[in-house]
Amino acid sequence: MNAPAQAVSRAERVQHVVSPGGISAWLVEDYAVPLVAMEFSFAGGAAQDPKGKAGSGALLAALLDEGAGELPAEAFHRALDDHAIRLSFSAERDEFYGHLQTLARHSDKAFELMALALNAPRFDAEPLERVRRQLNAVLKRESRDPDSMAAQAWRRAAWPNHPYARSSRGELGEIESVTRDDLVALRGKMLARDTLKVAAVGAIDAPTLARHLDALFAGLPEKAALAPVPHIDVQALGRRIVVDYDVPQANIRFGRPGIARRDPDYIPAMVVNHILGGGAFTSRLWQEVREKRGLTYSVYSSLATADHSPCFIGSTSTKNERAAESLSVIEAEFVRLAAEGPTADELEKAKKYIVGSYALRFDTSTKIAGHLLQLQREGFGADYLDRRNSEVEAVTLEDARRVAKRLIGDAKLLVAIVGRPEGVSEQSAA
Amino acid sequence: MDVVVIPDHRAPVVTHMVWYRNGSADDPRGKSGIAHFLEHLMFKGTQNHQQGEFSHLVSELGGQENAFTSYDFTAYFQRVAREHLGVMMEFEADRMTGLNLTDEVVAPEREVVMEERRMRTEADPAAQLDEALNAALFTHHSYGVPIIGWGHEIETLDRNDALAYYRRFYTPENAILVVAGDIETPEVEILARQTYGKIPARGEAPVRHRPREPEPRAERIVKLADAKVEQPQFERIYLVPSARTAEKGEAEALDVLAHHLGGGQTSLLFRRLVLERKIAVSAGAYYYADAVDESRFYVYALPAEGVSLDELERGLDDVLDELRRDGVSREDVDRAATRLVADAVYAQDNQTSLARWFGAALANGGTVEDVLGWSARIEAVTVDDVAKAVKWLQKRRAVSGFLLKDEAAA
Repeated sequence: MNAPAQAVSRAERVQHVVSPGGISAWLVEDYAVPLVAMEFSFAGGAAQDPKGKAGSGALLAALLDEGAGELPAEAFHRALDDHAIRLSFSAERDEFYGHLQTLARHSDKAFELMALALNAPRFDAEPLERVRRQLNAVLKRESRDPDSMAAQAWRRAAWPNHPYARSSRGELGEIESVTRDDLVALRGKMLARDTLKVAAVGAIDAPTLARHLDALFAGLPEKAALAPVPHIDVQALGRRIVVDYDVPQANIRFGRPGIARRDPDYIPAMVVNHILGGGAFTSRLWQEVREKRGLTYSVYSSLATADHSPCFIGSTSTKNERAAESLSVIEAEFVRLAAEGPTADELEKAKKYIVGSYALRFDTSTKIAGHLLQLQREGFGADYLDRRNSEVEAVTLEDARRVAKRLIGDAKLLVAIVGRPEGVSEQSAA
Repeated sequence: MDVVVIPDHRAPVVTHMVWYRNGSADDPRGKSGIAHFLEHLMFKGTQNHQQGEFSHLVSELGGQENAFTSYDFTAYFQRVAREHLGVMMEFEADRMTGLNLTDEVVAPEREVVMEERRMRTEADPAAQLDEALNAALFTHHSYGVPIIGWGHEIETLDRNDALAYYRRFYTPENAILVVAGDIETPEVEILARQTYGKIPARGEAPVRHRPREPEPRAERIVKLADAKVEQPQFERIYLVPSARTAEKGEAEALDVLAHHLGGGQTSLLFRRLVLERKIAVSAGAYYYADAVDESRFYVYALPAEGVSLDELERGLDDVLDELRRDGVSREDVDRAATRLVADAVYAQDNQTSLARWFGAALANGGTVEDVLGWSARIEAVTVDDVAKAVKWLQKRRAVSGFLLKDEAAA
């Protein structure tokens, strides 16, 4: 997996394992450290939370390891602990994930417990109420956290009446109404074989993995029954929202539509983002907002590849007195990049970073497994591991200029600010 | 300069770190935040390389970089493909003594640090309570001062403060080189001689002047009420030995105790307060072993709806009383040890984590052998050792913190 791409193929180290029951997985066998990491996902995620019940997926994720089969919650956790097994689930915006790390010598036990969690979760009343209270405590804290508040204001304006308007961690007041039946139903609809992707890395061979794959997944329904999620473009471009809050900094979130992962322009867009605000220490936003003017500790942009609304978002925080200046510097950089595009020098340097830093994604088992899973989710073959860097290298200045224009367009942003920014007022969408 | 090499040949990358044995606890009185501010200024260029040159090079080589300041150390690191290690060492060695600062770069960077403080602390009542708790726990020692510094002092820090601090601490004798990744010791040695080896020695390492905390006598209570608090919280910090100040085996016993008392959902606090009495939504404990001087043992709980923090504190004290009365079983100790030792195996999967582990240990005055022997020492902890460790958890050694909603202001 890890030798330099030019010397040894990363793709060749990936084994395609298919179990007798027809479950497939990507495997990188490696015995240097006596560990096994597995990452897997089902399509759906928090976007499948029923209307009025945001947080269903988060609850489901938190409850799968709160008792399964004959083991009530405490006994289940004790079994994990006694074998030092790290097992967790999470509901992200578009997918439901499972994460496992185990010592190789306890891997049989780890897969056995994970199979129970997936196939026979108990959803007992005690853990359901307890976990609900825990999630509620997190949501309460976030409800007064300026960064979370800005994210929420932005989300609600960008995707009105769409599942994306809600937090994948749930919404206060909605999580109360999720019942055990809701969780049983959600599990039945979402945890199915047809959207399952699996990646494993570490001290395990293909036949052993294949055997475990059947025990883990073969008993799940063949087809998921997901609710359709409509496509939506980021709305309210040009709008500026100010949420009044008595804090010394203005927390600013900004964004507009992005580019889908499988769009042919995605790779050039990645390069453009790196130049604008993706590259720590080097990006234009970093230089202009932080280095030259000392306006902030953190400023960045990123391409978020949400399945139903890819977007180009960013954030910063700056003292209220200088919020207007920060915002105008950021807006000016969007305009300038769309108008002029990057320079040849910036393009070369960005490409070098993106190509060179790919190797840093392959230095831990969990990171490798995570990346192999992501490629499967995005519909790539393992050959992409060897192809990816040449696609980055092939981006021309003309590509970058064209895609900067496409990505930034008229440079209109949806902006949400939490704080008491001086000289910044609300503005409606153009 | 001490050198640690941690070979890991799974990926053709290396993590290059330089650690200095000075942190915020070495800030001169009245100059709080200078260690951290200097860390920021270390990216501003040298006599040989202009501002941004190093960062742009790291980026162009596909590397990642950063730096961090703690109470006892400051460290700089890059993660790059193995073939670029030499040039990283060249630049890092260059800025060990060649830093070039002008008021033009110092002024905006001070604003950046002020924004960092606003972001992390000024808008967050929980972070403000933490600052107040530490300030109350350490009445004399500078662990009571926030790493980033107090705002009113950061505002006054200037170029001369930074350079004075820099000249005092940034020397080969005070530095530790840690390289983890796809490399072996002889190669690191050659590169180190060509780079760091050229920096003239100062003769001796700088000395840290650390006042010792007096024996605490009074239980302290800190309350912070703010309209922004939606989720109240109770926390308590005890003054306890660190791995450096502890008697043999004592720090390991505190590690086991912290895990048994508050490490995750099978811990005593979680079982009693969350599962059985249902007065908390979560609860836990940590022990900070890695410190040069006396350190902290931390317990916390978040109340369930309708439960007051006073009731929650009483519940937490009940659990500690139970622990004092009944002690721990061999099984409890084995369980905790299993988890702790497994964490060390998991750490082997990540070269950067390993580099940090060794770097922090050495920066705090420990040795490579201390790190390598940690698992065996954890496994040697006895039931009696843990019972003795519990004796540190006395209220007179502690500060209790209450994070409350300010109903009047809300």
